Amino acid sequence: MTHFAAVLLFALFASTVFGITMRETPRRMVRYGIYCFVLFVGAAIVLSWVMYFIAR
Amino acid sequence: MATEEKKDVATEQGFVYLPLIAGWLVPGAGHFLLRKWGRGALLAASILGMFVTGLAMQGKLHSNPHDILDILSLVGDLGNGLLYFIGRLLGLGADQVQTTVGDYGTRFIVVAGLLNVIAAVDAHNLRTGRKS
Repeated sequence: MTHFAAVLLFALFASTVFGITMRETPRRMVRYGIYCFVLFVGAAIVLSWVMYFIAR
Repeated sequence: MATEEKKDVATEQGFVYLPLIAGWLVPGAGHFLLRKWGRGALLAASILGMFVTGLAMQGKLHSNPHDILDILSLVGDLGNGLLYFIGRLLGLGADQVQTTVGDYGTRFIVVAGLLNVIAAVDAHNLRTGRKS
């Protein structure tokens, strides 16, 4: 498994639980879950590029 | 009005901490007890998926903590409830982590435990009526 695949799986599972437990209506659960997923993956990509430039 | 009274009666019956304990022992069971089938199935699939993925990545199940980080990781692992104890009984995750992916797997298992605790507390909130 690649590291990026691990990031995607982690984000998917964690976002699902966050969405269901942190909001009350199904519509808001889905929206919050997608929001968390995007933040997880986006933060991983941004931090990866930051570390790439620091290491150079 | 009648629906609210019916709901109040339902929330007052039985042991109030049962969904919390069941949800901790078996991922999603707390929601299943409250007849939240969809939410319970998604929570169970997510937590079980993360735990199994962690083991498949050769992650470690903590057993003998030596420092504060090990103790915290063990607490996270214990959040998996029966999954942790069954894994230990089967000797899963007992090897020393030697790869980077294995280290990620260890974190997957810890986070699965923490997510399971969140799910169990959510079931408790549903049971007490704090959440609908």
